[in-house]
Amino acid sequence: MVETVETRLPTPEPFISPETAPFWLAAKQGRLVLPFCNNCNHAIWYPKAFCGACGTLNVEWRQTSGDGTIYSFTQVHRGEGPYREVESFVLALVDLDEGARLLTNIVDADPASLTIGQRVRVVFHDAGESAALPRFIPAS
Amino acid sequence: MSIRGKAHIVGAYEHPARNLPNHSVPQIHAECAMAALADAGLSIRDVDGFFSTGQLGFGGVSLTEYLGLNPRYIDATFIGGSSYLAHVGHAAAAIAAGKCRVALITQGAKVRGVIRGAKHTADTPEFPFETVYGETNAAIYALAARRHMHEFGTTPEQLAAVKVAASEYAQFNPHALLRKPVTVADVVNSPMISDPLHRLDCCVVTDGGGAIVVVAPEIARGLNRPPVSVLGHAEAIKHGGRGPNDFTSTGAVVSAPRALAEAGVALSDIAYASIYDSFTITVIMTLEDFGFCKKGQGGAFVASGALGPDGVIPTNTDGGGLCNNHPGYQGGLVKIVEAVRQLRGEATPQTQIPNCRLAVAHGTGGGMSRQASVTLVLGRSDA
Ligand SMILES: [Zn+2]
Repeated sequence: MVETVETRLPTPEPFISPETAPFWLAAKQGRLVLPFCNNCNHAIWYPKAFCGACGTLNVEWRQTSGDGTIYSFTQVHRGEGPYREVESFVLALVDLDEGARLLTNIVDADPASLTIGQRVRVVFHDAGESAALPRFIPAS
Repeated sequence: MSIRGKAHIVGAYEHPARNLPNHSVPQIHAECAMAALADAGLSIRDVDGFFSTGQLGFGGVSLTEYLGLNPRYIDATFIGGSSYLAHVGHAAAAIAAGKCRVALITQGAKVRGVIRGAKHTADTPEFPFETVYGETNAAIYALAARRHMHEFGTTPEQLAAVKVAASEYAQFNPHALLRKPVTVADVVNSPMISDPLHRLDCCVVTDGGGAIVVVAPEIARGLNRPPVSVLGHAEAIKHGGRGPNDFTSTGAVVSAPRALAEAGVALSDIAYASIYDSFTITVIMTLEDFGFCKKGQGGAFVASGALGPDGVIPTNTDGGGLCNNHPGYQGGLVKIVEAVRQLRGEATPQTQIPNCRLAVAHGTGGGMSRQASVTLVLGRSDA
C-alpha cells in the first residue's frame, strides 16, 4: 500500500549514487526495494551491489512487503544536524520480514506506546526530486 | 608465533589538559610524543617506527614531517577509539619481526571543529542510509541499551552504577574533567539524551591526547623504567555485512579470548581492566563479553560493586572516559596509559591495586551498527 504521511520530522535529501539510486527512486514511488543475493537469497542491508553474506556480485533488486518488527528503539531528545531543532523523535531498528535490519524512524506513534517486538509497516516521506525516506508506523 | 613478551611499553603519557583552545592538533601530538619519550628515557631521534591514526593531513606522512621523524616502519591504522590499542599490537608485531625497535604511538585531538569518527563523505557507503534518520552516537548506544534491557532485564539504575564507580575513582585524579562523586539518583535524574541513556550515562568530551613508546626487549633492558610487556593482542570487526548485527554484544566476544590465549593467561589472573566506556552500556556489554560475568548478568555485576577497588575486577581507576578523559571522541590511548600506570605501581595512591601484575585494556571503535574491538593483555615483565 502506498501511503504518504505528513511529518514534522526533517526529511533530508540523501546522497544518491548510481549504485543506490533504485532504492531511493522506488521509495519515491511508494515501494521498498532491497538488493537480494541471487546466490544465497540474503536480503542485503544497507543497499549495495555486493552480497557480503556469501561474497558475490550477483545481486538484484526485489520488492519487499514493507512489513516488519521493532528490534529496538529510542526516543532521541538531543538531535544533531537537521534534527537539532526537533524536540524529540524516535530512532529504531526494524527487522523486515524478509530478514534485513534497518535503521529508521517510527512516526505517528506515541513513543511511550512502542514496544520491542511490535509490528510496523513502511511509509514514505518525500526527500527531494528523486528520493523518499522509508519510515515506519505501527501496524494496526 | 606470537608477540608474547617480544615488545615492552617503556613510555606512557596522558596530556593533563582537557581543554586546549590555543594548541594546534599536531602540537598536542608533539607535546605528548616528547613527554612519553622522556618518560622512557629515550630521544625522539631513537624513534624508528611511527604509529598514528592518519586522520590529520596526508595519512601518517604529515605528522612524520611535523615531528621530523625518520621511520623505517609506519602504520596509520584508523579504527576509531580502538586505533591506539591496535597500534600497540602492530608495533609489537613489527618489533618481533625486526622491522623497527623503537615505536612511537601518538594521539592529539581537539573536539571543536572535528568530524567524529570515520570521515563521512559521499564515498562512505552506509552514510546515506543512516544520517538521514538522525542517527547520533548516543542514540545508537541507546538502541543497544534498550535491547539489552529487553533481553536481560538490565535497569537504568544498573547502567548508572558504571558511572558511579567511575566517579568514585575520578575524585582522586587531579586531571579528571569530572571529579565529583555521583550517585545512582544523580545519573537517572540527569537530562535524558536518548532514552534510556541520560547525560551522565555518556562519556566526557575533551581535547587532549597522549603517547605510548613500545620497544624491543634489548632496548628496554637499557632503560631505567619498569617495562610493561605486551603479552597478547587481538582485533575483531563486528558488522552487519553478513546479516543483521545484534546490538547486545561487542567485538570483545572474539578479541578478548584470542588476546588472553596469546598471552597464555586466564581471565581470573587479571587484576585490572581498562574497559572502553563511551557509554555506561558499553562497559556492561564488554565485561560480559570478556567473561567477567555471564552474558546478561552485567547489570547485576556492576551494581554489586564489581568495578570498585575491592570488587571482582577494578576497572577504569582513572575515572575512565565517563569522568576523566575521552580526547577527540577516542578513548583508547588513555585506556592503555592507565593500565601501564597500574602495572608500574604509579596509579594515584588511592586507586593503586596492590601488586598489580596482569591487566587488560579494551578499545571500541565506532558504534553498534559496526565496530572495531581491540584487546590488549599487558603484564609486568616479571609476570
Ligand atoms: Zn549471497
